[in-house]
Amino acid sequence: MGSASMIVLIISAIVFAVGGILVSKLLFKKHNSVVKGEAYECGVPTVGKSWVQFNVGYYLFALIFLIFDVELVFLYPWAVVAKSVGWLALVEIIIFMFILFVGFLYAHKKGALKWM
Amino acid sequence: MWSLGNITHSIDGWLNQTFSPALALLIEFVIVGTMAISLFAVLGLVLVFMERKVSAYMQIRVGPNRVGPKGMFQTFADTIKLLLKEGLTPTGSDKFLFNLAPVIAIISAMLLLAPIAFAKDFQMWDLNIGVLYVSAISSVAVISILMAGWSSNNKYSLLGAMRSGAQIVSYELSAGLSILAIVVLVGSLKMSDIVASQETGWWLFKGHIPALIAFVTFIIAATAETNRAPFDLAEAESELTAGFHTEYSGMRFALFFLAEYVNIFIVCAIGATLFLGGWMPFHIGQWTAFNHVMDFIPSSLWFFGKTFFLIFLIMWFRWTFPRLRIDQLLNLEWKYLLPISMFNLLLATAIAIMGWHF
Repeated sequence: MGSASMIVLIISAIVFAVGGILVSKLLFKKHNSVVKGEAYECGVPTVGKSWVQFNVGYYLFALIFLIFDVELVFLYPWAVVAKSVGWLALVEIIIFMFILFVGFLYAHKKGALKWM
Repeated sequence: MWSLGNITHSIDGWLNQTFSPALALLIEFVIVGTMAISLFAVLGLVLVFMERKVSAYMQIRVGPNRVGPKGMFQTFADTIKLLLKEGLTPTGSDKFLFNLAPVIAIISAMLLLAPIAFAKDFQMWDLNIGVLYVSAISSVAVISILMAGWSSNNKYSLLGAMRSGAQIVSYELSAGLSILAIVVLVGSLKMSDIVASQETGWWLFKGHIPALIAFVTFIIAATAETNRAPFDLAEAESELTAGFHTEYSGMRFALFFLAEYVNIFIVCAIGATLFLGGWMPFHIGQWTAFNHVMDFIPSSLWFFGKTFFLIFLIMWFRWTFPRLRIDQLLNLEWKYLLPISMFNLLLATAIAIMGWHF
């Protein structure tokens, strides 16, 4: 089917999701009340907004992830040809991974991987 | 002998004879779209029922048994209930993003169906970067989770979304590296090439130790990426009520639920394709007679059998391992799985170059 299948799948996903929501909208009766619209936090009145600054630990992991994800993208084309190129490919990727691993150890030593 | 591949070819031929090429193509698109939607619906119904029955038998109880024979229609009843429930949008939420998030979850799950080889010659799009496509699209799913958690304006949702973002993003690395170990052995990213390379035996068996390590890390990473127990921190019921979909109700909740189950199916299908041979029957090297007997079982049965075996494995994990804490979870990935899978990739490369695999 080729790349057209992507468009077909996106359209059918939208039809499925939006169609489902619309059909259910026809079926249920809407009852509005002030209490119903509140955020559900186990019945306790909400304190403050939720859109606030968040624990930096998550962002540190996101940053390290970025480094390794880019590495992974570089590895994909390498993986396809590694068998035909032979030992040279292995040596090159060991050097590449070694440099990354030193960076990883540095991040580890600095405590970026420690939670809180 | 008839097969799904032959059926699609004859339907294609008949459509092109009867209608003009453009109209035939349009009809084929409609057929494919309808089949994708119905696969979605059937998967949702079957997997939810399977989950409930498997959990029930693991805890020595019967599970759903009222609606229909042996409770077979329980999920139909659940679907109707969810359709009739009021879809609530909280007053404080970001309404646009709140409504967009489930649609994106469904789109990313649906797009992943494209490169999966369901049976012999039965694949929507056999693109040359199939494995890369899968890992690219599957990382879109995390956007929908973060979107849902952030737009709900609920602290539980936000915490759940952040946790699940950190978790999915981390485990993507070891999943990718364990997939790459197989790609190195095959030398191609194309799904059909990967399946064809396993004609003499599945990679799990003929790839020696690296393939085994890659399989184990892949299953762990797959469990974490689909937010399944023991890695279900995103919706740890006892601490976060329901995590990122706390505020969702009715059909939009059902869409998230469905996307989660379809993601489990897809991840297991990818695992089955890479390590267990996809639709390829169980073959042993030169045993021609044995291989011929195995060929009589249809390829689609092989594919779905392997996939559902892996799904059963993931459901089994849920009742075997206790839930991890967030720091344990991140330690497991960054301090153990990632270095292991990196060295495993080098080991797999060495074996591939030496030609030690069968």
